[in-house]
Amino acid sequence: MSMLDIILDIGFFAAAIRLAVPLLLGTLSELVAERSGVLNLGIEGMMLAGALAGFATAHVTGSLWLGVLAALILGALIGLLMALLVVILRLDQTVAGLGVTMATTGLVFFSYRLGFGESATPPAITPFSTIPLPLLSDIPYIGPVLFNQYALTYITYLLVPALAFFLFRTPAGLALRTVGENPKAAAGVGIDPIKVRILALMAAGALAGLAGAYLNLAAFGSFTFGIISGRGWICLALVVLGRWKPFACAGAALLFGAVDAFQLRLQTSGSVDLPYQLFLALPYVATLIVVIVNTRFAAAPAALMEPYDPEKR
Amino acid sequence: MRITLEPRPPSRWREVLMPFAAIAASLVLCGLLIVIAGANPFQAFAIMGEAAFAGKFAITETVARAAPLVLTGLAALVALRTRFWNIGGEGQLLVGAMAAAWLGAREDIPVPLLVPAMLVGAALAGAALAAIPGLLKTRLKVDEVVSTLMLNFIVMYLMMALLSGPWKDPVTGWTDSPDILMDAEFPVFWAGTRLHLGVLVAVIAVIGIGIVLKRTSFGLAMKVVGENPKAAHHAGLDVGRITLFAVLLSGALAGLAGAGEVGGTQFQVIASISPGFGYAGLVVAMLARLSAVGVIPAAVFLAAITTGADEMSRQTGVPFFIADAVQGLSLIAVLVAMTLARYRIRWRPSPKREAAS
Repeated sequence: MSMLDIILDIGFFAAAIRLAVPLLLGTLSELVAERSGVLNLGIEGMMLAGALAGFATAHVTGSLWLGVLAALILGALIGLLMALLVVILRLDQTVAGLGVTMATTGLVFFSYRLGFGESATPPAITPFSTIPLPLLSDIPYIGPVLFNQYALTYITYLLVPALAFFLFRTPAGLALRTVGENPKAAAGVGIDPIKVRILALMAAGALAGLAGAYLNLAAFGSFTFGIISGRGWICLALVVLGRWKPFACAGAALLFGAVDAFQLRLQTSGSVDLPYQLFLALPYVATLIVVIVNTRFAAAPAALMEPYDPEKR
Repeated sequence: MRITLEPRPPSRWREVLMPFAAIAASLVLCGLLIVIAGANPFQAFAIMGEAAFAGKFAITETVARAAPLVLTGLAALVALRTRFWNIGGEGQLLVGAMAAAWLGAREDIPVPLLVPAMLVGAALAGAALAAIPGLLKTRLKVDEVVSTLMLNFIVMYLMMALLSGPWKDPVTGWTDSPDILMDAEFPVFWAGTRLHLGVLVAVIAVIGIGIVLKRTSFGLAMKVVGENPKAAHHAGLDVGRITLFAVLLSGALAGLAGAGEVGGTQFQVIASISPGFGYAGLVVAMLARLSAVGVIPAAVFLAAITTGADEMSRQTGVPFFIADAVQGLSLIAVLVAMTLARYRIRWRPSPKREAAS
């Protein structure tokens, strides 16, 4: 199979979308946090916690949707913890975020071992199956790619315009953006920046939890320690590539889903004689290039990474 | 409701006690996890303490385990002095390890030069890798957090490719690098223990960095750049150059940690050569409150938790990952403690629409 054959295959596009969805959810999560002025490096840990919460709940209750709910709730709670650290205590966002990721990672591994033990064959659940949408999935080429997906994927499709509408067309969205640009000014017109940032981080946590849960409830069907392995960090770069705008972020996530799908196909096609680990590095190389080209704070919210101190004039 | 942080009068006492309060808090949380896992926390802590400190073997194991943490801790600290977040210690350690393994297996290096070559090569490799985010930041203003994180993953996969490709054992098929030469193995100072040259390198690095930070103009310049880059610029300091030097030094220190693991512990590169030493270095630097000397107790604490948790897990069945949890929790705890040492939290009902600021 040549590289061109890979790209021209319909299965490739369907796989690209499947791999793009968790990245897109994570990117929307980071977008919400950064629009409120908080760089959320806790995202990697939140995604991992969401993955375990989703898997464990689905495994115990047998309900995949309860798993989704658990991931949303646990993610929001970790978002609240992050808010406590960086919004209320005004800790440095970089190190606090890393701390949240490290602590949740340790706690997730600990809980998984405690709950599921150490076995040669990891416990598994039956993941979501794809639901072809009537009529839409019959459209040639586009149909099977876009409209024969998981329910969570359709929800994600809807989240993009919904978030864009929220951010740019509603008073609450305006408040969120104002707090991210100039919390002082926001406070001047009666918006409480502290409340806005706490809510934004909880929403970001819920979205990150969902991103993690998607990976095992829809994609893999089991939990592994390496299930997130840096996907959260990639979302940090995708927000930059998407210029802090929902639709552009969706485009960025799709591009990276395609990079990932391409890497996987190349690996299995056997047409290139290189160690497969080099292909695994591909998304990270692409991310590095993205940050170099889109120098980070070019279009970033003006108050990103600046703690808000109500006393300071 | 309104939450404010009120500055407390400065107190030397609180500043000194704070890291200990943080460690105590994280140990209490750890005890809670042990209870959840169904074991007796006091008994579990006793096992951990014994495994980490009781007897010659336990102590030297803990010290040997602390050596790479001292070096990655110093690496994080040196960069942070100039406000550069080097999250890339992990990748810099890995390239250092690869350089040391490559040099240590070469027959064409004269025997007396083998060990020095490994140390210098590892430091240079770490510095070279750190130069990428360093130059990107100082020349192109590319944020270092993402660039250093990405390089960790890129280097890790390159290492895995090397281990399962050119370095794979042709006979056994094991994905390890070839063993280094016997003469390249680091000398051990106490027979029967693992107190190897890498431990001495770590101690010398602490003294050296301590002197650089406190007694040299470069150390002072780093401090000024970190605390107030604008003032540093006005004072005629080349902020970019000083930052870049600090980053190169940081990378070299992390690279040395990799050399220590190859030369003193594993004698080859294995996939699991670093169980996150680079990331743990950030925790060490924070627990040490960015002081060079403080790095030693901080590193010993984390090392003791790991060696202790290993044994405790074997005896009580509490999952080993409790060590990772404590590491993250102690980082959060020390940050919170640092803030609480300087500020008091006040909750007040908010005056509606205060006369605008």
